[in-house]
Parts: sequence; C-alpha cells; structure tokens
Amino acid sequence: MMPQKSTVASSTARHAASREDPVWVRVLLIGLAFLVIGVLIVIPVANVFYQAFRGGAGVYWKNLVSDPDTRHSIFLTLTVAPVAVALNVVFGVAAAWLITRFKFPGRTFLTTLLDLPFAISPVVAGLMFMLMFGLQGYMGPWLRDHGIKIVFAYPGLVLVTAFVTMPFIARELIPVMDAIGSDEEIAAVSLGANGWQTFWRITIPNIKWGLLYGVILCNARAMGEFGAVHVVSGHISGQTDTMPLRVEKLFQEYNNPGSFAVASVLTALAIVTLFLKIWLEHKTSHELAEARDVGVT
Amino acid sequence: MSRRSLQNIAIVLLIAVVWPVARQIQQRFANESAPEAVESRTVVREVALLNVSYDPTRELWQAVNAKFVTKYESETGVKLTIKQSHAASGSQARAIADGLEADVATLSLWPDLDLLRKKALIKAGWEDEFPNGSVPYFSTVVFVVRKGNPKGIHDWADLGKPDTSIITPSPKTSGNGRLALLGAWGSVVLQGGSEENAREFVTRIYRNVPVLDTGARGATVTFSQKGIGDVHLAVESEARLEVRESNGELELVYPTKSIRHDPPVAIVDAVVERRGTQDVAKSYLDYLYTPEGQVVIAEHDFRPLDAEVLTKFADRFPKVELFTVEDIGPNWDAVQKKFFAEGALFDSIYQEIHRSDSAK
Repeated sequence: MMPQKSTVASSTARHAASREDPVWVRVLLIGLAFLVIGVLIVIPVANVFYQAFRGGAGVYWKNLVSDPDTRHSIFLTLTVAPVAVALNVVFGVAAAWLITRFKFPGRTFLTTLLDLPFAISPVVAGLMFMLMFGLQGYMGPWLRDHGIKIVFAYPGLVLVTAFVTMPFIARELIPVMDAIGSDEEIAAVSLGANGWQTFWRITIPNIKWGLLYGVILCNARAMGEFGAVHVVSGHISGQTDTMPLRVEKLFQEYNNPGSFAVASVLTALAIVTLFLKIWLEHKTSHELAEARDVGVT
Repeated sequence: MSRRSLQNIAIVLLIAVVWPVARQIQQRFANESAPEAVESRTVVREVALLNVSYDPTRELWQAVNAKFVTKYESETGVKLTIKQSHAASGSQARAIADGLEADVATLSLWPDLDLLRKKALIKAGWEDEFPNGSVPYFSTVVFVVRKGNPKGIHDWADLGKPDTSIITPSPKTSGNGRLALLGAWGSVVLQGGSEENAREFVTRIYRNVPVLDTGARGATVTFSQKGIGDVHLAVESEARLEVRESNGELELVYPTKSIRHDPPVAIVDAVVERRGTQDVAKSYLDYLYTPEGQVVIAEHDFRPLDAEVLTKFADRFPKVELFTVEDIGPNWDAVQKKFFAEGALFDSIYQEIHRSDSAK
C-alpha cells in the first residue's frame, strides 16, 4: 500500500513541477517585479517623506503652517476639490441615469462625449476655458462689466477641475446601473412611487458603493490636478495657487524642504485614497457575494 | 449589532471629527479674508494690490513688498496687502490681456508691456509716467558654468564650441530668453560681423540647447537642480542667486560685452480705474526710485539707477560693456518683429535646426 501511495504523491508533484517554471525563473521574475516597483514607486514616494522630514518634525510642521501662502494653498485645494466633486456627483448620476435608463438617438455619441475630458490634455482644457471666459475670449468683456470673475479666480479653478475629472463618476456608475437593470425601479413605479421616491429609495441604495468609488477616484484626481489649473490660475501666491502649483513654486524658489512638505501632504492624501479604495473594493466584493448568496437560496 | 446601526454610528463619528475641523478652517479663512471685521476700530480701510511680474523678481518683490507695506501702513493707516504672480514675461503679458487683474505690471521687456497698451489696458505714453522711461533698474545677461569652468567658457564666442550644451529659456515666452538671443546676436554684429555670421552663430547655439524652458526660473532649475547643460545664459540677478544657492558647485562668468536689460514698470490703468487703486499703485512704483527702494533692488542683484547706491554695491556689479536693443535694431518694435514674431528669425532658425536634425 505504502509504496504505491508514495508513487502517486510523487507523480502529482512531478506534474505540478512540470506545470510550473523553474525556481530561478520564478525568483528572477518576482525579484524583477519588486525591483521595478521599488525603483519606480516605493523609493520616490519614500524620498518625498524623507526630504520633507529631513529637518525633523518641528521644521516640517513649520514649513506647512508658518507660511500663509502655503497654508492658503492647502486650504484652497481642500475647498476646490470637494466642490468640483460635488458638481460631478450631480452630473455623473444624471448622465449615468440618462444613458442607462433611456434609449434615444445620439445615446452612443453622448457616451463618447463623456470620455472627452480624458482624451483632451489638461493644458488644452485650461486654454479652452481661457478662450471662453478670458478677457480676450467670447464672454470675458461681458463678465468683467458685470463684475463676475471666472478665470484667475476660484470659480475658474473649480470649473477646470470639474471638467478634467468629469468622466470618473459617470464612467463608474454606467456599468453598475447597467448590471443592476431597471427591474426594481419599474416595480417601485408600478407600486405607485413617484420619481424622487424611486430615485432615493431604489436607485441610490443600489449604486451607493459604485458612487463612493467614483467620488474617491474623482477627488484624488481633483486634488492632484496641475495642467489645467496651471493655465487658469494666474499664479497669485496666497490667492489662486493650489497645492500642486505651490509645490512647483516653492521648488523654484529654492525652498526644497517647504516644497517637499507640501508634496508629502499631497502624497499622504493619495495614500489615504488608496486605502479607501482597497477597503471599498473589499467591501463591495463582499456585498456582491452576499447578494449572490441571497439570490441562490 | 445590525449593519445599519453600525453605519449610523460611523456617520455620527465622521461628523464629530469633520465638523470641528471645518469650523476651524472656516474661522481661519474668515480672519484672513476679512480682518476689518475684527479690527474695524483701528483700521480705517484696506487695500489689496496685485503685482504681476516676471520670473527672476520673486525674491526682489517679496523684499520690496515687506518694506513698502510697513511704510505705507504707518504713513496712511490703510491696511495694505500686495499679492505677487510670477511666470515668463511674455506669458504674464498674455495673462493680463486675458483678464488677470494686475494693478501694476512689472515685466521684463518693453514689448510685453506695450502689448497691454495695444490691448487698451495701459494708456499711451506709459513710458513717461515714471523716471528713466519707467525703468527703475537695469541688468544684463551673464553666464553660469559648472565648478572650475570645465568647458573653458569666457565670452560669447566660446558658446559656439562643439559639445557645449547651453541652457536658456524660450525666446517666444521669456524675457531672459529673448535677451540671451539678442546678446549672442549683438556680440557678432557689433564687433564687425555680418548678419549672416550672427545668424550662423545663433543657430549653432540653439542647436546645442537641449531644453527650452518657458520661463527664466524654469531654466535655472533645469541647469542648477537637474544638472543639465554646461552653461546657463541668465539674467545677472538670476545667475547670482543661482550661484549663491549652489554651495560652490556653480561659477559666474562675465562676458566682456553684453546686452543691457531694461525691465519696465507700469500701472495697469484699466484695472486701477475700476478698482480705485490708482494712488497706492502710483506710490508703490514711485517707491522703487527712492534711495531705500534702490538699496533693496541692489541687494537682490539688480543694478540700481541711483549712482550712490550703485557705488555702494559696486563689488556686486563688475563692469561690463553694455549694448542696448536699440544698437541691434532701430527700436524694440522692429527687433521684436524681426526676431521673435510668428515665422520670424527665431522660428526659421528653429525650423532649420529641426530639419537638419531629422535629416541626420
């Protein structure tokens, strides 16, 4: 009995070995992957924090809060990004609703248009707004005469940021809403729910995780936006410089510790976003599995 | 515990954390943007100015603003804040034309300010509003090289040596960039060379420029912090700052002759009239001509007009024979048209370089 069993075991091992690559290939490939990630991602990110904390935590904190222009840039980014995200939540939900729940001519065209901000370079996006709202643009003189400031001011920063990050939420919601289908909504309507009731009680609970996922991605991109904001900001220190612009400015003004301090805050925000994203992916896969189980039983 | 109640607890916690932070931020913002609400009894009024300037003057204006604000507030009792914006001179002129609300424009070159006159933002005759043709200080273009000057660069002609990599910003946007080109041009034509020779020399230089940054400060970062290039053609103040910050890694080289840099200043009439800031803008720019203002200028390596101040800081400013833009062409308008306009000399040189590069 025994010898036979061992031949079976060794033959399975041989089979497994023949299906796998030799050890040295595996070690080499895995090592290479770690090396590339280490050199391209881990070391540069770690270096941002190293440079920022070089003078100690006290100096780091001073670099962040003692300069009013730096303080303002952090504040500005934390106010521009959420407003742009909020605009995109409203727009993204409306667009996803329209595209997944209605059939109309030009629907595919609209879906394509939604991706346009991804295809357009952010700098060009900034210039487009400059041509619209700048003093030499179509609406500039009228806006000036009515005392409305758009470019070189807060509204312009929000507009370009919202434009550049527009596809994130809609793109995230369209597949989710397609997958869920409209059965539950039709059932709600047939039972006498009005539009708002259907929306708040059926649609929103169904898409909430997809929506949150879109919001997180959208916010990460909004806070880091450089190109488009660079064009419309006017670079006024303490007024229209967002955090990414401030990083560049401090670097150019030979203030490396200050520059890396601001960069480290941006990086930290990105890392937080990453963890939120992982948590959410875990959460949604969990929920989906649960929903499937319920469906089976 | 059900998931719903867990969620509710999470939401309450989130609000408990976010709310105080948001309040703090809001209060700080309120304090910053509206100090008169807090100090309405002591401060009569407050004014804000925006100074839109070119790249190398960041440190200069920070110092001037600090001094002028103290002086102005003590004399008038008006609270003054001055904001700065810096980029390449040509880009800044464009931004003001696009609606950037500059009360004063302090740019690198005459054509950039005159563009604003053409756009009806500045009144004709702006050059006569302040002394010396509204040019409060001057400067020139010098060379920055690596420690020990390994490529042996001592004058303009050395820039034509093979294998000499040159850093200078783009003449299309930057004042520094245009001056460097005109300096190279003048070094040939003003020493008996023909225009053909000059064109050939300038083409050789730009063939060896690996990066054309849009602004002067960008070029400085490319040369000093990214370590690209053998020589940096920079405005004197930018060069001296760069060398000071380099911990002995960079050296200054003064050519025997160079181009005179006359950066003009102006009040942007269309903006100050709407904002009611004429008077403060006027005294701000007037301050540059006072002995005190001239000292701050000299301290930041720009050459002061005031002869006494210039003598006091003479060790900073080695004697260089300066030629002007007018020596090259009859006036700035003609020079701008001949060299930098769309399809003019610089464009055609650049196309030539690209053609020969791709033919290789």
